[in-house]
Amino acid sequence: MKCYIGIDLGSTTTKAVLMDADKQVLGQGITNSRSNYDTAAAVSKQEAIIGTRFTLAHRALKEHGAVNGSTDEFLNDLERSFRMEQYLEQLEDLENTCENYVTGPRFAGMEKDIGTALQEIFKQLADEAPPMFARGAERKSEFFRDIAGGRFMSIAEDAADSSSLPFDLLLNVYDKSIIEVENRPPAGDLAGKFGRALDHIIEQSSEMELQHEKIMEPLKEAIAVELEETYVVGTGYGRVRLPFPKEHIRSEILCHGLGAHIMYPNTRTVLDIGGQDTKAIQVDGRGIVENFQMNDRCAAGCGRYLGYIADEMNIGVHELGPLASKSTKVTKINSTCTVFAGAELRDRLALGEKREDVLAGLHRAIILRAMSIISRSGGITDQFTFTGGVANNNAAVKELKKLVEENYGKVTINIDPDSIYTGALGAAEFARRAAMEGDIEIQGEAA
Amino acid sequence: MNTETKPDVVKDASMLKQKEMIAGNFDKLTDAKELGLKISSTFVPGNLNELLMCFGIVNNLPEINALNNAMRKQSGPMIQDAEKMGHSEDVCTYVKADIGMMSRGNIAPNGKPMPDPDVLLLSYTGCYTFLKWFELLREQYKCPTVMLHVPYQGDGKAEITQNMRDYVIKQLKEEVIPTLEQVSGVKFDIDRLRENLKNSAKAEDDLVWVLESAKNKPSPIDAYFGGVYYIGPIFTAFRGTEDAVEYYRLLKGEIAERIKQGLGPVTPEGEVFEEKYRLVVEGPPNWTNFREFWKMFYEDGAVVVASTYSKVGGVYDYDGFRHDPDHPLESLADYCLGCYTNRNLPERTQMLVDYMEDYQADGLLVNSIKSCNSFSAGQLLMLREVEARTGKPGAFIETDLVDPRYFSPANIKNRLESYFQMIEQKRQSGAVAA
Repeated sequence: MKCYIGIDLGSTTTKAVLMDADKQVLGQGITNSRSNYDTAAAVSKQEAIIGTRFTLAHRALKEHGAVNGSTDEFLNDLERSFRMEQYLEQLEDLENTCENYVTGPRFAGMEKDIGTALQEIFKQLADEAPPMFARGAERKSEFFRDIAGGRFMSIAEDAADSSSLPFDLLLNVYDKSIIEVENRPPAGDLAGKFGRALDHIIEQSSEMELQHEKIMEPLKEAIAVELEETYVVGTGYGRVRLPFPKEHIRSEILCHGLGAHIMYPNTRTVLDIGGQDTKAIQVDGRGIVENFQMNDRCAAGCGRYLGYIADEMNIGVHELGPLASKSTKVTKINSTCTVFAGAELRDRLALGEKREDVLAGLHRAIILRAMSIISRSGGITDQFTFTGGVANNNAAVKELKKLVEENYGKVTINIDPDSIYTGALGAAEFARRAAMEGDIEIQGEAA
Repeated sequence: MNTETKPDVVKDASMLKQKEMIAGNFDKLTDAKELGLKISSTFVPGNLNELLMCFGIVNNLPEINALNNAMRKQSGPMIQDAEKMGHSEDVCTYVKADIGMMSRGNIAPNGKPMPDPDVLLLSYTGCYTFLKWFELLREQYKCPTVMLHVPYQGDGKAEITQNMRDYVIKQLKEEVIPTLEQVSGVKFDIDRLRENLKNSAKAEDDLVWVLESAKNKPSPIDAYFGGVYYIGPIFTAFRGTEDAVEYYRLLKGEIAERIKQGLGPVTPEGEVFEEKYRLVVEGPPNWTNFREFWKMFYEDGAVVVASTYSKVGGVYDYDGFRHDPDHPLESLADYCLGCYTNRNLPERTQMLVDYMEDYQADGLLVNSIKSCNSFSAGQLLMLREVEARTGKPGAFIETDLVDPRYFSPANIKNRLESYFQMIEQKRQSGAVAA
């Protein structure tokens, strides 16, 4: 089947959306951008393809009535199982890579002990996988680096303590290896992983076993569908790095405008807060950009600001929003400078203010900055769509809603749970239009 | 305006002529003491070159030195030197580059030190930082300073009143001319001034012809990046000279030839390409990354067909002003009063709207300069107004004049690409709607 893929290479994450000829999104994928956009693009694209396989499998299973009970539940199980397979595969790659780095004068005489320690660490990591991917289990992040990295550190620390090996050597091996592993193009063999994932589920469920044949047929069908990369459009900061010609590249302003329009056709104003950019975009009734403003010269008040604050507080970036939401009295933070905000944070905490109040103040500072960019772009016209990583942060959303109403009155505010894919979605639609002679398409919509 | 970084792919006769003129002026400046010449420091907007020539005074322009240093990648350390001396980060970077240049021996592009000026001629228009700048220079050089106060056209109307004109003329007669006589020891001769002004008007006619050639499709010139070279002689030490007349005569001939051949502008990398976007630009260019900045335009087929920066040293096209040998002092007064930054916001907005229409531009781009309030204040409002009146899309980017720390190439390229694609998208949808 013909597939149209949009890839949004952000400063923090790289996103891909795969669309079919009927403008239906079949799959989306996300990965951390690393310092290697080629790999990030390849990984996110593969993730979107995996997503597409699941969508196709879902359709096929439903069509065949193959699953007794809930197809969704079955596919959720299958996906978790698939993710675990993927994780174990990467873990194995990491282990092999680590082993190769245990060499040179720094390791002289300790090669064997370090090797043994690594074996134990990785065994434990692998043993931890099933509960991590069990039903209902929550993972802090979906990125391999985040999941494996955090656990490696803490297990390695214990291992170093008990074996009196220097921890920094284990860390050194890990640091070198994770970069190498991350920058390797994604492994193939999707069919094999699907197969193994399915085997796991069948092992766990006698009921499933009975349906094995019934399920395998449509699944095989879904996996066998040829996904033709008909047209790929890239956007975002890394777009010039994408291995395709200039006409396959669109600015993220256009992509975000169009993406928001597809999600919410009545959108007129879009705010996107990404890793290092805050964009305010005005679009017309066809998703065509009328005007835009971005932060210049300074990235204060962007997503990275929250990352920095999270580091300063030694918590995960995902924990910021929930913590700030507990605030009862928002601390006034004057500085929008990221570095100064760190200083202000410590100062306020030292003065005895509550963490949640200070955090709420920092979230407000970000949104105030965004409001200024919005007003420069021409203000807010109903409907207003908020996208980007920061749109997933409930404390930021709360401040935004408040400030939008104060400044522009009652406005419909759209926030899609998948808003992080807005740019990639727009890019995918540009790909689809380019392949289908875009002009006719726009004309159709205009009429 | 610069000898070192001029386009070097195609050397037209006019380019060689300009190079020779600029080099000659620097030699005259650095050898002034031996040649027995007096030096004046003065500014580009509202400069009185024809008058200075009457006294045989050589013209040194600190702004030009600053941008020269920026184009030769030397302004960064100079600005840092000035900051070490106590000048704040927010001060105009032309000023700081100049202060830093002094601290490093005031070396001219010919490698020789620039002698101290004999007089500071502060005929400023629209920029109040100029006052403070020369206050600093006066402290440094301890030389006579003569100030020509040019009233701002602040009433929102597009006219120079007789009162304003008389006020400037009075100062010319009572302050400026007597001081220059004293410094140079030369008696003022109004007929000499008339001769100079005659040359100015001739060169101005040809300059306007060159700027208006951008109404052709494709435009044979880039009126911003290329434009800064074309305005070089007339904005600096050459207005009123035979050399300037000759330069513009050559330039006009070359551009007429380009039009005949249907050629686009010349860029540092040769001929332009296909003209895809016609833009009007408001605001000065960035000098530290001038070529890189320009490339972001021409590699995407964007040509600037009109710019307001090419009017800072005199507006000749918009309301047809020419220096007038029959009314010498009056026309000097009108010249100063009419410089671009001395005009009020409604007037600047109208000028932009007219440019958008007369040059059939696709959009207006504002390059807002971090450290230049006289240009930047009100730009966003002007942009909105021009968008509303013309229905054409605008965009806003931010850089700086000569401080390399404020030029972020990835960001600017990102904005520009987005803008060009936005124009394209609107054009396509407009064509469909039509």
